Amino acid sequence: MMSVVSARQLEKTYSTGDIAVKAIQGVDFTIEPASFVSFIGPSGSGKSTLLNMIGCLDPPTGGSLTVVGKDITHLSRRQAANFRGEHICFVFQDFNLLPVLTVFENIEYPLLMVQNWPNPERRARVLELLKAVGMKDQGHKFPSQISGGQKQRVAVARALVTHAKLVLADEPTANLDQKTANRIIALMKAMRDEFGTTFIFSTHDPKVVGNAETIFTLEDGKLLQQTGGSHG
Amino acid sequence: MGNILKLAIRNLRRYQRRTLLTSILIILGVVAVLLFISVSGSFKAMMIGQITDSMLGHLQIHRKGYLASIDSLPLDRNLQGKQIAKIKKILDNSEAVASYSMRIRLGAMFSNFTETTNIRLNAVQPQQELQTVPMLTERIIKGSKKGLLKKGEILVPELIAKGMNVTLGDTIVLVATNKDGSVNGQPFIVRGILEGISGPGGRDGIIHLQDAKSLLRIEKNEISEIAIRLQDMQSMSSVFTDLKQQLEPIKNKMDKPIFELHTWEKLSPFFNIAKMIDLMTLFIKIMLVAIVLVSIMNVMIMAVYERISEIGTIAAIGTVPGKILSLFVMEGFLLGVFGTLIGVIISLVAIASLNACQISFDFGRQKGLLLAPTISAADVITVAAIVIAIAVLASLQPAWKAAKMEPIEALRHV
Repeated sequence: MMSVVSARQLEKTYSTGDIAVKAIQGVDFTIEPASFVSFIGPSGSGKSTLLNMIGCLDPPTGGSLTVVGKDITHLSRRQAANFRGEHICFVFQDFNLLPVLTVFENIEYPLLMVQNWPNPERRARVLELLKAVGMKDQGHKFPSQISGGQKQRVAVARALVTHAKLVLADEPTANLDQKTANRIIALMKAMRDEFGTTFIFSTHDPKVVGNAETIFTLEDGKLLQQTGGSHG
Repeated sequence: MGNILKLAIRNLRRYQRRTLLTSILIILGVVAVLLFISVSGSFKAMMIGQITDSMLGHLQIHRKGYLASIDSLPLDRNLQGKQIAKIKKILDNSEAVASYSMRIRLGAMFSNFTETTNIRLNAVQPQQELQTVPMLTERIIKGSKKGLLKKGEILVPELIAKGMNVTLGDTIVLVATNKDGSVNGQPFIVRGILEGISGPGGRDGIIHLQDAKSLLRIEKNEISEIAIRLQDMQSMSSVFTDLKQQLEPIKNKMDKPIFELHTWEKLSPFFNIAKMIDLMTLFIKIMLVAIVLVSIMNVMIMAVYERISEIGTIAAIGTVPGKILSLFVMEGFLLGVFGTLIGVIISLVAIASLNACQISFDFGRQKGLLLAPTISAADVITVAAIVIAIAVLASLQPAWKAAKMEPIEALRHV
């Protein structure tokens, strides 16, 4: 089976004046489709940097990175945006819902503004996702009118609505209480099972880590350990 | 586009107070400009109408050099028979010319048998004159307006009538010196009192052309000037060029042009006031542009700064930079459209109210001129287009900044 993410000698160096900081140093790994993967490690270990590179938000400075069969090492801004719109979605720690859009419209946004789906199919897909995340009756509400847990459900629905092959979640449960966090993890796993989407987390949360099928441990930008999954 | 519009409207409604304040600034600017254009434009049009329709006509033809010495009303620079015939031929063949009036301008002594004063006179053929300057009768403040006047009658300027204590039906004597230096006098009946208006000839009395000829002992066909009325005043510059091209080749024995042709603009000092009004309108428009530019740019810079995280989110989701740019430009565009729309509505209501109130004003010696502001669709469209274009232009820089933002940096923004 072709891997959904494949990194070879991946590097990321940030330069501030004369000082160069190596955030990621020669990392190799592969991630299989429909897997539930977690990157863990202390703060500054490079988890978020790695996630940002996989999400085409931050280009690598060395090595190669293939996502959904495409080498994304040298994408332009527009190419990266188009690639993200087609294959990748994000779940953020702070939910990042658009406050001027209703729950329905937030989920609809990628279909409408990025992928230009026709109306009947778009509406049906949004309703399907609303139902899947248990927010069927909340579609008309604005983000300010729902709880944190509900916001994260909406964010998950928005991430899955485009049939993205990859969902990248940076600390998705950090701003949620334990009960809600458990529900969100269960929801994401159920979504993975239902839609075959690959979920990649960057987290400190042991609940997320406990549910991950593959765990990559990072420290000082280096991959220390891989638990589960196929070893790259 | 509909989705971008919807998002832009929602974002503008999200910051209601800021949107409202910016809109109010634009509305005030639009109202100020449109009201100024309508009031000053109407004043200008009224004054130009009065000058051209009751005095000067749109164009005038003189013998070369007449205008330079017009203060002395020189009789030796009158147009003669053959010259008049050539001009008549050109004017009769021009479809742009509605009518023309031949005049003799002269200076004379005005006597009421007890006192004497100087008077400048315009001798006309009543029918021709009324066709060329149809509003002339409106300046007759006392006496019959019908047919202007007959032979032996005079329309006396208001100032002289008051100063010399003459009224309708009185007999007065005009004494004039002809170009050979001989003096002649002739009695006239006061037919009417003529309101004075600003500009050359605005305080002249009027007599019949035949009376002027007999007073000056002119036996041949001879006139001082030909005033021309055009079918359409808007075509004045093209008709001027056309007539000039036809008149200039007609030369005297010394191979110099015989005639000079002038537009009312050259003849009346009010043209300079009109130019000042146009200049002021331009400055007001520049101020409007500045108001719109600064207010929209300010509000859009704030909008981008406050929504950096949202910009990061939509960019991360896959919204291409062009669409992010469109989102912010649309907000600026909508602010411009909203401000313009409300501003235009308020202006039109204000203009209608000013007309309903029948406000009058004085200008020079003219009292009780009625303020009748109007505004053309072209002016409204021009101002609206300027405001909307500037609104879009002002939002381009902040929108460009938003579109160029690195998603990763934007997402990190707190």
